Amino acid sequence: MNWLIAILQTALFVALAPLLAGWLKRCKCHLQNRQSPPLLQPYRDLFKLFNKQPVVSEQASWLFIKAPYIIFSATVLAATVVPLIAVDLPTSASADVIVMVGFFAFARFFLALAGLDIGTAFGGMGSSREMTISSLAEPAMLMAVFTLTMTASTTNLSYAISHVLEQGLVLRPSFVFALFALILVAVAETGRIPVDNPTTHLELTMIHEAMILEYSGRHLALIEWASQLKLMLYGVLIANIFFPWGIAQTFSLHDLGYGLLAIIGKLAVLAVILGIAETLVAKMRLFKVQEYLGFAYLLGLLGMLSHIILEASR
Amino acid sequence: MNIESQDLYTQIILSMAALVGLTSFLMLGQGRLLRLIFVFAVQGFLLTLTTALAAYSLDNHHLYISAVLTLALKVIFIPWMLRREVLNSNLHRDVEALGNQTAIMLGGASLMVFSYYVLHPIVQTTSPVMLNALAVSLSVVLLGMLLMISHKQAIAHVVGFMSIENGLFFAAIVATKGMPMVVELGIAFDVLVAAVLFGIFFFHIRTSIDSLDVDLLNKLHEVDK
Repeated sequence: MNWLIAILQTALFVALAPLLAGWLKRCKCHLQNRQSPPLLQPYRDLFKLFNKQPVVSEQASWLFIKAPYIIFSATVLAATVVPLIAVDLPTSASADVIVMVGFFAFARFFLALAGLDIGTAFGGMGSSREMTISSLAEPAMLMAVFTLTMTASTTNLSYAISHVLEQGLVLRPSFVFALFALILVAVAETGRIPVDNPTTHLELTMIHEAMILEYSGRHLALIEWASQLKLMLYGVLIANIFFPWGIAQTFSLHDLGYGLLAIIGKLAVLAVILGIAETLVAKMRLFKVQEYLGFAYLLGLLGMLSHIILEASR
Repeated sequence: MNIESQDLYTQIILSMAALVGLTSFLMLGQGRLLRLIFVFAVQGFLLTLTTALAAYSLDNHHLYISAVLTLALKVIFIPWMLRREVLNSNLHRDVEALGNQTAIMLGGASLMVFSYYVLHPIVQTTSPVMLNALAVSLSVVLLGMLLMISHKQAIAHVVGFMSIENGLFFAAIVATKGMPMVVELGIAFDVLVAAVLFGIFFFHIRTSIDSLDVDLLNKLHEVDK
């Protein structure tokens, strides 16, 4: 029964990810006075891409063809670790947050290899930029997550969220810092403005798009889906760690339904905030990114410090 | 001290302390003057909230007056004055080049650790909440000094000076359960007088070296270096 719910939850994750992307696009369009595409447009795009024949260069090795499947499955596995509508599921109990970061790193490794594999200038440039940014973003992310895990004294997300829930509303200075750090890292890791612009194909600025420039057909669909999934993963991480109220603690139908409604509401609000931020902020220079991520790291560090100094028992 | 076992007032005060510390860090890394002034106003606003909260929780009515004074001076008047100064001297489009920003930020983080280290001996004799709030305000003071060292514009120096004053004020609010009214009014007027004096200084610096960049004060050497 528990495994069934765990599988259902992951399926829900995969199914809802394009919806979140569509909603985010809708918010941005409304803010920028543009005509917005329908809410279900990302599903149509994916469907269209899945039906198209992929074109693969003659120079491509097996890696180029296998990479989308690896990336997609690694991202789905990462999604099983994060509690979406219920805590205490067997999948999230068996792996902790470091495994999740590991899955992300695994997917990114293959994405960067695939970018290099084809031998175009853009692919190599994108891969090198992606690795630079991720090497700075990962420590900041772990620092932010460690603040949570130190509070709950476990690295398991599911137990940590239950711990936060049990304590009720406690204002923790360290969580304020960790929240900001995680938001900054999430923006960088999912390739949103101001670090990367997901909608442009301008050669000077693109990072993620540069790596997947050679992909088409179902390969492209899988990679796009994986990046939508990643965006949703970070959203759920932020929503459920810092505002876990509403998540189901028992597996009754009523609780699960309530949990689903709660997470949809939280993600919708987060997407509106992200949309506003993306509209207000201009994309920054690539060389400014290290300052930005350095600041995220600093926030994570301050979160740890204020946990140890302000909150820990002595 | 476990934060779960504290009452809501203490939790809010500690969160406010953390946020005030955060605004200090934001100011430290800020190259644009208008944004620097905005963050300074936000810090003033947090201070106002803390004062009002202390007034409410201690049932101490004259602290409300102090909160209103803080709001009027540090959130509205001084930022408005500095902003006008920046716009007048056409500095709002300049981005100040901060030498090695990462090093400055990490230096700031180590200053924060240092202020805890310095205040640690007090922990045995006072309540832990007060220690934490005092440590944060000491680090706000030190960060204000670091801000003055690392920035070159005279306006940034004034913001750094005022944020030092913010740190001291925060410590006073949290530690003393409300100072005597005379002291508070005195501090408020001191700040006001300082703001006016700084305005005069700006005027003098600008007329003598044609800029508000204090590094150019070296021009006043009689011998060329």
